[in-house]
Amino acid sequence: MPAYDKVKIARKVTRPTALDYINHIFEDFIELHGDRNFRDDAAIVGGIAMLEDTPVTVIGVQKGKTMEENIARNFGQPHPEGYRKALRLMKQAEKFGRPIINFINTSGAYCGVGAEERGQGEAIAKNLMEMANLKVPTISIVIGEGGSGGALALAVTDRVWMLENSVYAVLSPEGFASILWKDPKRAKEAADVMKITAEDLLELNIVEKVIKEADGGCQNDFGFTANLLRGKLINEINILKEKDLDTLLAERYERFRKFGEFTE
Amino acid sequence: MKFFKSFKAGIDKISVENLKGKVDAIKETVPSKEKEEKAKDKDKKEEIPEGHIKCPSCENIIEKKALGHYKICPKCAKLFRMNAKERIRTVVDKDSFEEFDVNMESKNPLNFPDYSEKVKSLQEKTSLKDAVKTGKCTIGGRPCVIAVMDSGFMMGSLGSVVGEKITRAFEYATRNKMPIIVFTCSGGARMQEGIVSLMQMAKVSAACAKHSDAGLLYVTVLTDPTTGGVTASYAMLGDIILAEPKTLIGFAGRRVIEGTIKQKLPDEFQTAEFLLEHGFVDAIIERENLSYVLSDILKLHNVKKVGEN
Repeated sequence: MPAYDKVKIARKVTRPTALDYINHIFEDFIELHGDRNFRDDAAIVGGIAMLEDTPVTVIGVQKGKTMEENIARNFGQPHPEGYRKALRLMKQAEKFGRPIINFINTSGAYCGVGAEERGQGEAIAKNLMEMANLKVPTISIVIGEGGSGGALALAVTDRVWMLENSVYAVLSPEGFASILWKDPKRAKEAADVMKITAEDLLELNIVEKVIKEADGGCQNDFGFTANLLRGKLINEINILKEKDLDTLLAERYERFRKFGEFTE
Repeated sequence: MKFFKSFKAGIDKISVENLKGKVDAIKETVPSKEKEEKAKDKDKKEEIPEGHIKCPSCENIIEKKALGHYKICPKCAKLFRMNAKERIRTVVDKDSFEEFDVNMESKNPLNFPDYSEKVKSLQEKTSLKDAVKTGKCTIGGRPCVIAVMDSGFMMGSLGSVVGEKITRAFEYATRNKMPIIVFTCSGGARMQEGIVSLMQMAKVSAACAKHSDAGLLYVTVLTDPTTGGVTASYAMLGDIILAEPKTLIGFAGRRVIEGTIKQKLPDEFQTAEFLLEHGFVDAIIERENLSYVLSDILKLHNVKKVGEN
């Protein structure tokens, strides 16, 4: 399938959202709101829940399925306070020794006046640095769009997985084509060279696992993908919980340390 | 239903215009050949004499020599951009800079068409291998690790080499219990390296976390322009964040935001002064004072002079 067709599936308004997975995979989810600083950003949801027998912290970038929902969720484009809420919940998880599971689905961090005034760059940067050191197991799953720094701000984790039809990229194919070829209409071509599909990124070792979807996308059989993901999460959290802290952190450091291609 | 349709049409229009804004903003950060040629034509018409330059701020024609050591316009005090070599010369003690990883060069992780050629031609033009110089030095006699980005090389974009060299600089500083100073200037991620470029943000930030956990000092100096993925990673992670006056600092491009809100933004938006006001910069320091201020900061963190007990 051409990469751009996957972009279209990843962006489908009918595609299951973070809350769909949270409600299906976990029990006793209690949503916790706010960054304790400015406001509650509805583009990010988070809280505590049970994954089988393990209490965990779950966080997700939430898109809407209707126009009204999308306006309330800012189309899944978080403000700085969204990333700060996520960090607050992750530090809380660390305090109580809970593993953290993040669901990523954003075209990118929001670009606006308030976002700049309140330090969008600083908020993302702080998450990258703090997540590198969280003393609990962490897993992130790209369930739709993984857009640039706004996605990475939740994805500095021990494991990064992608659903089969999700994409993860430095920029949208449209933006990429505009920058390099001055022509956003060449987005399809851009999608091909950018290596943004789950398959490509597995090959590049950017992600460890690809979760299967039904033909045409997971909206066609949500239960199939969600159950598959649930099983893999339970299994992986049990593996990560067994690691001693130094090993966990050293492996996380090495996971990101290895990226880059150069000669000397 | 009708209401919903027109509402939806409005939203679609917003998202299209939003995208258009992004495209324009991107265009603005990457000067097209056309623009460059136009600028050249303009220069020709004005006949800028040999050894002179037009100030982009006050538009006076100035003798290059008159900009001096610090590259400041003598008519309007505009700070011209400095390359890494010039920056190092004005900040660190004479002959103290020992460069790390001199020969590191980028590969082409995505096999992106023409990328290797572009890198090669810039290497010849700039005599840099990539967009950052790293090394150790002394400032006011006090030893530190330093990384200086160079906007003359693909707009200081963050690719594998920049990410690796800065990461190694942090690791060197951590191993040797040294402070590190990073001068940032960057248009953001290096598009030609795609996702590998994005991963550099995480890589450097993780190295920065280890350095911080060791109780060591990290100072960033934001210089024009510091944007995108560099702002959203190590630029904003300093224990102390300094900036030069009027430096452009931001996450998103101005035109992207103007496209979203459909309003012109005030001139001071995303300047160092704007960030100071909003609490994201510790202090704005005049260029000619940076070396003294950095030396004092090192002193205040008990960094001893070479040979001092």
